[in-house]
Amino acid sequence: MASNQKKVTPQQKSYQHLQQKHEIKRPILKNCIKAFFVGGIICVVGQAITYFYIYFFNFTEQSAGNPTVATMVFLSMLLTGFGVYDRIGQFAGAGSAVPVTGFGNAVISACIEHRTEGFVLGVGGNIFKLAGSVILFGVFSAFVVALIKTLLTMWGVI
Amino acid sequence: MLAMYFWAFVVGGLICVIGQLLFDVAKLTPGHTLSLLVVAGAILDGFGLYEPLVDFAGAGATVPITSFGNSLVHGALQDAQEHGIIGVLTGMFQVTSSGISAAIIFGFIGALLFKPKG
Repeated sequence: MASNQKKVTPQQKSYQHLQQKHEIKRPILKNCIKAFFVGGIICVVGQAITYFYIYFFNFTEQSAGNPTVATMVFLSMLLTGFGVYDRIGQFAGAGSAVPVTGFGNAVISACIEHRTEGFVLGVGGNIFKLAGSVILFGVFSAFVVALIKTLLTMWGVI
Repeated sequence: MLAMYFWAFVVGGLICVIGQLLFDVAKLTPGHTLSLLVVAGAILDGFGLYEPLVDFAGAGATVPITSFGNSLVHGALQDAQEHGIIGVLTGMFQVTSSGISAAIIFGFIGALLFKPKG
């Protein structure tokens, strides 16, 4: 965007002003409240699942996060498949995208969307189309952070 | 136990509000926002700040996508303690494996079961 702004003619500039005037202002506060409540509720469901695993499957508070995430992804498969998650997403914005169910939704919706192109090239090739960036940057940043920390520990700095 | 539900609600909600602000104020796409949050989680765990949040808020901290970055670093550091520098590679997915494998498995099952809409 920034590189395009150099070659703006006066005409285009006045159009941009006009466009900005008519652009619908995003209701930031309202969106934030919606995101807060929906995100909070999803986390409460996650907390209930965490307690379920602690009491019935002998997980500790630390390790229970793991099966919780898997269960949340399973739930988001059902919700995505029946088309409910899209509607929640339209209402809640980041409230449904930021929890791990949003990650599950990104993977699963890509799978379902591309099944018409076949299972190998369609589903297999596009499964991480949307969620790939999360995995890439998550893994790379985790690698850098863990490497720095390990090196510092080895050299006795920390 | 009720307090835990409350803090899970509040902390989880607040992380989602940060995401919403990145959507609306910084005008980032969902992809950019989620990537940024994952990187933030990884860096927070590098400074040892994420683990206290998990103890405090439970699922409020483990369910948002920031915990993905956190547990990647966690697994890497755990193995690095045993095997030194190569452990960073071998331990990377130690803790996150369930999330990724669940996404792949259920994604494929979803593709088998459901037909695309619209």
